[in-house]
Amino acid sequence: MPMIEILDDACKGCLLCIPACPHELIHNTKAKLNKRGLYPVEYVDPEGKCTGCRLCAIVCPDVAIRVYKEVKKKSA
Amino acid sequence: MDTVTLEGTEYNVLAKRPESLTDKPFTYCPGCNHGTTHKIIAEVIDELDIQHRCIGIASVGCSVFSYEFFDFDFISVPHGRALAVATGAKRMRPNAVLMTYQGDGDLAAIGTAETIHACNRGERVTCIFVNNAIYGMTGGQMAPTTLLGMKTTTSPLGRDATRIGWPIKMSEMLSPLPGAAYIARVSMHDAKHILKAKAAIKKAFRAQLEDKGFSMVEVLSNCNVNWHMTPEDAVKFVKEKMTENFPLGVYKDVWEEEKAAKQPKKEEG
Repeated sequence: MPMIEILDDACKGCLLCIPACPHELIHNTKAKLNKRGLYPVEYVDPEGKCTGCRLCAIVCPDVAIRVYKEVKKKSA
Repeated sequence: MDTVTLEGTEYNVLAKRPESLTDKPFTYCPGCNHGTTHKIIAEVIDELDIQHRCIGIASVGCSVFSYEFFDFDFISVPHGRALAVATGAKRMRPNAVLMTYQGDGDLAAIGTAETIHACNRGERVTCIFVNNAIYGMTGGQMAPTTLLGMKTTTSPLGRDATRIGWPIKMSEMLSPLPGAAYIARVSMHDAKHILKAKAAIKKAFRAQLEDKGFSMVEVLSNCNVNWHMTPEDAVKFVKEKMTENFPLGVYKDVWEEEKAAKQPKKEEG
């Protein structure tokens, strides 16, 4: 499953990634503070809807999003 | 592609911090497109594999600290003189790849003469011009690129054309000069346009690497703090108002001109 990781201490909470996500998986929950004293966004994807399209990472001005996609094992 | 193992599963890393950026987090305001611009420039430098011979020129403005974020040599120069210093650096080190990173107060106000003459001489340098229609670092004063009717601290009633004139259009001004190889205006308001901007910046570096001439990419950016908007509204303002006043597009493309010159003229045949 593709997934993203939000680096909490790099995120400044500008919320530009929220409208960028086509599946609305990034939320402004305001549940925790980072070391800058800002609310980082949270990635919530219990159903595994993330497709690894990278749109959130492209619009992020602070390079706070990493995108991972599972390595496909070649069947012998 | 890099791989990483998380909780026993191996993953390809599709997006991460480019190699040409240092680990220092950006000090720009939340939602500022300077960070996005830095990121795509670093990605282009990584893709072209020119980090080891790149020299950046940091101008005065919010981008004055860009030497802290890019992981290659940087020169910090007086206000507006980035292209003059870049000219000297390029002539002393012809193998270096020169990049200037300038704002609109730097390139379009105090540095107009340097910019026009560097373009006219056809210096082999790449200029990234970040246009956010305001002086951001000094507190939101009116810039030459401020849109008509826009309120700033020095034009509290809105910019008035009869008194102060019209927003200056650098890309249109520089494109007729023969020294220019690639001039484009791009925007940063959504992912599609950011990817287009990346392609334009890559082409601008190629113009320098192939010794074609001066290349400039004008990036329409935001300044949500001094525009007194949320980051989302500021991006919307760029999309609706800035692109209307500053039309996007490629204003000069030396490869297209070469291609057109090679084709035989049809009317004569």
